[in-house]
Amino acid sequence: MELLIFLILFPLLIAGLLAVIQAEHVRRAVVISGAVLVGIASLVALAFSVTSQAVFYSVPVNNIGILVFIGDILISGYIIFVSLKARQYVVTGITVIQLILLCAVEYLALTNHAHIPELFSDQLSGIMSAIIGVIGGLICVYALGYMREYHAEHPDRPDTRPRFFGIMFLFLSAMFGIIFSNNLLWLFFFWEITTLCSYLLIRYPNTDEAIKNAFRALLFNLIGGACIPIAFLVILLTGESELIGLHELVSAGPGLALIPAGLIAVAGLAKSAQFPFSSWLVGAMVAPTPVSALLHSSTMVKAGVYIIARFAPVFEGELIGILIALIGGITFLAASAIAISQSNAKKVLAYSTIANLGLIVACCGVGTAEGLWAAILLIIFHAIAKSLLFLSVGTVEHQIHSRNIEDMSGLVTKMPRITMMILIGIAGMFLAPFGMLISKWASLHAFVESVPPFGILLVIIIAYGSGITAFFWAKWMGKLIAVGEPQQKDESHIPGSEKSILYILSALTIVVCFGFPVISWYLIEPWLLTMYQSVTELISLSNIEIMFMMLFLVLIMPFSLARFTRSATRVPRYLCGIPESETMVFTGSCGIKREIELSNYYLDTIFCEKRISRISVGIGIFLIVLILNIIIVGGGL
Amino acid sequence: MNPFLAAALFIILAPVVGVLITGLDRILTARMQGRVGPPVLQPWYDIRKLFQKKQVAVWGAQSFFIFCYLIFIIFTGALFFAGGDILLVIFAFTLGHVFLVLGAYVSYSPYAHIGAERELIQLMAVEPMIIIVAIGLYQVNDSFLVGDMINHPGLPILLLPGVFLGFIYILTFKLRKSPFDLATSHHAHQELVKGSTTEFSGFTLGMIELAHIYELVVMLGFIWLFFGNNLFLSAVAIVVIMVLEILVDNCTSRVRWQDAITSAWFVTLVAGAGNIFALSIM
Amino acid sequence: MSYLQKSPWIIHYDASSCNGCDIEVLACLTPLYDVERFGILNTGNPKHADIFVITGGVNEINREVVKNIYEQMPHPKVVVAVGICACSGGVFKECYNISGGVATVIPVDVYVPGCAARPESIIDGIVQALKILEQKRIALKTTVEGTA
Repeated sequence: MELLIFLILFPLLIAGLLAVIQAEHVRRAVVISGAVLVGIASLVALAFSVTSQAVFYSVPVNNIGILVFIGDILISGYIIFVSLKARQYVVTGITVIQLILLCAVEYLALTNHAHIPELFSDQLSGIMSAIIGVIGGLICVYALGYMREYHAEHPDRPDTRPRFFGIMFLFLSAMFGIIFSNNLLWLFFFWEITTLCSYLLIRYPNTDEAIKNAFRALLFNLIGGACIPIAFLVILLTGESELIGLHELVSAGPGLALIPAGLIAVAGLAKSAQFPFSSWLVGAMVAPTPVSALLHSSTMVKAGVYIIARFAPVFEGELIGILIALIGGITFLAASAIAISQSNAKKVLAYSTIANLGLIVACCGVGTAEGLWAAILLIIFHAIAKSLLFLSVGTVEHQIHSRNIEDMSGLVTKMPRITMMILIGIAGMFLAPFGMLISKWASLHAFVESVPPFGILLVIIIAYGSGITAFFWAKWMGKLIAVGEPQQKDESHIPGSEKSILYILSALTIVVCFGFPVISWYLIEPWLLTMYQSVTELISLSNIEIMFMMLFLVLIMPFSLARFTRSATRVPRYLCGIPESETMVFTGSCGIKREIELSNYYLDTIFCEKRISRISVGIGIFLIVLILNIIIVGGGL
Repeated sequence: MNPFLAAALFIILAPVVGVLITGLDRILTARMQGRVGPPVLQPWYDIRKLFQKKQVAVWGAQSFFIFCYLIFIIFTGALFFAGGDILLVIFAFTLGHVFLVLGAYVSYSPYAHIGAERELIQLMAVEPMIIIVAIGLYQVNDSFLVGDMINHPGLPILLLPGVFLGFIYILTFKLRKSPFDLATSHHAHQELVKGSTTEFSGFTLGMIELAHIYELVVMLGFIWLFFGNNLFLSAVAIVVIMVLEILVDNCTSRVRWQDAITSAWFVTLVAGAGNIFALSIM
Repeated sequence: MSYLQKSPWIIHYDASSCNGCDIEVLACLTPLYDVERFGILNTGNPKHADIFVITGGVNEINREVVKNIYEQMPHPKVVVAVGICACSGGVFKECYNISGGVATVIPVDVYVPGCAARPESIIDGIVQALKILEQKRIALKTTVEGTA
């Protein structure tokens, strides 16, 4: 499987090229051709994974393990350098600890040499690679137009676009590394690269706030990341050195794998921004929008849930799994609740991302085949719909110069197409019959039967969370379509590359809704079969038919729109009889002219951001400490 | 019964049943107030009249969303009575409501806007309880299919008393009855005029009324599920609960949204969630 | 009898009445008269209403309001002027701020005189209005069909 090597190394090559190219049109050509090639290659990887069983691949280079170790040291060295320079001594301290642990691991690994294939690929890797390759590629192309506008808008910020695009592609390379690594030492190496890249991307605006938030992201991811070398130590000290292979470890069963899996899952929780680690993701919103889209829809955070999903079979019915699921559930509930009180579109997206990742983590934590099925579908749907939302909000931001949802009032008349795409994205996030319906349905089915009574606890959490999500998404939708006075239609300033990417992503959102049974039959179910040996029917044909019926209904409905817009006589709004002029101004008492101004409910007396996050960070810390305690006690026994 | 036949029967018969229930509701309300009240078919006359009126609208798109609302409420009911997956029924139901809310938002009218926001608050207040009803019924029947639930030989309510209570509580929201008629009310002269329906008229308003009637039948159908295959008991329960709802409607005043949502969530947690949690331990 | 006549919904507006007629309009809703027997509802929203019941003479400030409410009602619609002030301006006719009866602003279909108008006569006026409403509906239908 040279394809795997290609997917890891080719983006790296592009990254190197982009870092040195200064001319904009050359960069454009390189980014587009690179993204297209990566996308095609990742789809080929997906196609291969359909037809074949898991493929293992040993890299035919001697002592490559040493190279990876040197890479680790270089990354740590760089982090120590920047953190010392910025006087972020906590970051330095954790990196040093991590490095010491890693040296111990390396020493042990070298002394008892295990021969395991470094790379592998199965259906889950195939799905992930398609998500990273296609969506990541699209985001990189989108960034071309966006970053030009970004620098036109912020002339004060240093224009280091060559480096920026280089890091974007480096990120893709590292993500491919994560999903194709079988050797956990390799996985950790790529894991650290994504952490470093996210730091560099978040601090791109180079403002004080950006630097502060970048270090916070670095800190939280390093705290999580430090658990991974500990897991290696546990593996190497207690078990066979072969267990350093991902596949070998998972098939070893909970007896041997549970403790390392629990530790690695903690790293996954940090990366996927679960409470108590969630604040790094919200802070990361200072970065340019393509970065947010890349980190929070398809890559960075998905690496976290990917690794938890990998170990999900180990967690089935185990207390550690239940605790991880609870962290996910509480994150889902709390982050959704906070999203209600936010008027900044990107923050709403950030919190809803955290919430959805929470749901995925909860599904993985229960560890049943059904739960995992729901989790993988969620990963797919969320990646597409969320990247669409991030990118379209970015486009809107450049047009109306605001991220505030209140300023998007009546956007449907100003930018009908972009609004349509935001609506599709939002519908994809919470409404039947789009993706989330299937996932919510599946996760409820999964929880209700698993590990009583904890399963029911998760069900209750989802029941509340689903009402909350409906609230904040629907009010945003309402804002977009509520038209005070029609504005001049003006979509011509939007760069063509941005528009076409948004079209592709909207189409994907809908296509995946129709295609999910195919994905399930040919990719997810075979994979689950290898993991669980036997899998019961996950979704009945009649339910798929009903979902399709709803989907068709929703899609044909807009054709009736023209009929309704023609038939009605237009009258002004009812304002208790006070005549209203064309310009939303009405005559109030004593003849004073007043303007109509409507804004949404944010209910911040109940859904106060500070209070909710404080409480849930507390619960999160408690649960994480509980997990670590169980691991320590479990190790001691 | 054949699911398609059941769905077709629902689409045809639900308006008849719903109109009769709503008509009786109006008569009973009038009697409670010492009045005679309208003819029993009055809701039907109202809808037919609305269909005869000319359309006026702030924006034409308003009616489009209401059309979607009606279609999806009918779809929900058809799916329910055809014996489909109860979770899908609930999600389709939510989708229908979101369309109603969007229709209210479109006009950018102050009254409709606040009505829409409150409609969403109501949606958020009842959603947890409805999902818990589905889960509770699953625990008893070991199936998510409505078709299996109505064939349950025993009385699920005996195992689900808390869930049933919680459901009755949120039924008041769903039937748009006082004290939880925040978004729009059957009665005139409220602080929001007609709330979310303020800007609708004629045919569009007729569609809303019709959708409400379908909705009523679906909600009463949920009560049926608590009594398994015991048709007599479920009919009695439906009558008793409707009378109770009308009584509450007539002797309470509207509450603030804060009280509405916190009380609904509290009842859901204590009665509903407590009940299904206990069931899963046993 | 068409459905329109079985379900007349009303909007009541007090132009500048002494409140005498308003009380009588509300009296129609009470158990003694209970106009809901005839399907009559007080909607409080012109977009839902079929019959515009207006009390009091129109003054210079609320001329526009009356016009606006009338315009927001969907066809077919009728206007019932209740009380002598609404019919002609009544004792306030010569006041500096009164423009006169409702007919000075919008077309009135039924006049219900009285000071204050009695509930019986108000109900009678509305029943009269129902016939006009029906005629207007038929007229509207034929014009629509004629143009189609």
